[in-house]
Amino acid sequence: MSLSIRIIPCLDVTEGRVVKGVNFTNLVDAGDPVEMAELYGVEGADELTFLDISASSAGRETTLDVIRQTAEQVFIPLTVGGGVRSVEDVNRLLRAGADKISINTSAIARPQLIAEIADRFGSQVLVLSVDARRARTASGFEVTTHGGREGTDIDALAWVEKACALGVGEILLNSMDADGTRAGYDISMITAVREVSNVPLIASGGAGALEDFAAALDAGADALLAASVFHFGIHRIGDVKSYLAKHNYPVRTTTMK
Amino acid sequence: MIAILDYGSGNLRSAERAFATAGHDVVVTSDANVAFEADGLVVPGVGAFAACMKGLQTINGKEIIRKRISSERSVLGICIGMQILFSYGDEHSDGAPHDGVGIWDAIVTKITAPILPHMGWNTVEAAQGSTLMKGIEDQAFYFVHSFAAKEPVGVHQTWTTYGEKFLSAVEDGYVSATQFHPEKSGVAGLALIKNWSNSL
Repeated sequence: MSLSIRIIPCLDVTEGRVVKGVNFTNLVDAGDPVEMAELYGVEGADELTFLDISASSAGRETTLDVIRQTAEQVFIPLTVGGGVRSVEDVNRLLRAGADKISINTSAIARPQLIAEIADRFGSQVLVLSVDARRARTASGFEVTTHGGREGTDIDALAWVEKACALGVGEILLNSMDADGTRAGYDISMITAVREVSNVPLIASGGAGALEDFAAALDAGADALLAASVFHFGIHRIGDVKSYLAKHNYPVRTTTMK
Repeated sequence: MIAILDYGSGNLRSAERAFATAGHDVVVTSDANVAFEADGLVVPGVGAFAACMKGLQTINGKEIIRKRISSERSVLGICIGMQILFSYGDEHSDGAPHDGVGIWDAIVTKITAPILPHMGWNTVEAAQGSTLMKGIEDQAFYFVHSFAAKEPVGVHQTWTTYGEKFLSAVEDGYVSATQFHPEKSGVAGLALIKNWSNSL
């Protein structure tokens, strides 16, 4: 008996629809978020992540509705991120039915927000979303903001260490270079972040072939997030789990007697 | 009717919906009378031990829970809602263990493991004769916590190992508790909720 690795489909939501692009641009419509969440739940997703990429406040309200509807029908953990700027934003999302909240840009602007959220709701609700890319910082990895559009000159590893000290409960590491390319997770980035953190690590960005999922686990990831390979039917969640089970990684099977 | 105790703790919406799937009316309440009169009382919990005890205090929750148990009315604690049923919690920022409700005389301490929180789906060693775990002994459940009780209390103990062995469920007459989140544990969790509500 052991803790299973988690397979997490990620739904980028804007104006009530799921979209997906490559390197955060060229977005195409991928479906209805509530229907997709239900389907992924049935197929054995271990968690779901919604990233609200709406630009408008009306879009954000629509996303709150999506969260409410999903939480009523899907009984697995739900993480919501995108545009979270305050303790009150976190409260509103939790009350709508989110179990965990991910933050990125606002924490970089004001790191103390991490401690404030952790103090009020506990570290376990707080996921640090790190959108990192290769750059000339000390470790070779730089944190970006605004969905990868803006660099910060902040070293990704130094940022992860600081955020862990402030109280994040989990790290969602998204490779901006690999995002949407299906060319494989950024293995050396996962390895580097694993070495400086002692909270669960979710690998994101680049999932393509089944071997990619195993490689990220070998590099130290506890959970694997993917979007386009699931949305566009390249793999079913069951295919990834069967592959991993065959190679002796602990996965949760959803068959009941 | 099942009452879910609202004492300022996180996401109660999915708990409400999950317990409703078992066919009962469900109410989320911080009203002492409603909480006492319900057929079953669920004590959820998200956050830190001390913050939860503080929230519980503001609605007189400790007395509600004690009174229900002494009146032979069922209580189910979930996650921190399980932990606060113990005598003490060692999760603190001010150096001293915090008093719990004190149903079980043991302390809740940090798990020894390289990566915390213990987050995700894990299996259990289900207690023989368990009502909660009936038919789902081989299933995985969703955990998210860094602290746990490690001494056997109550009548039936279900255990899980992550770094070390800890209590993942306790059944003790009218009071039961799970360290994992049945309301977040998919089909297996809904089956556990049904097992509990059928026993009311």
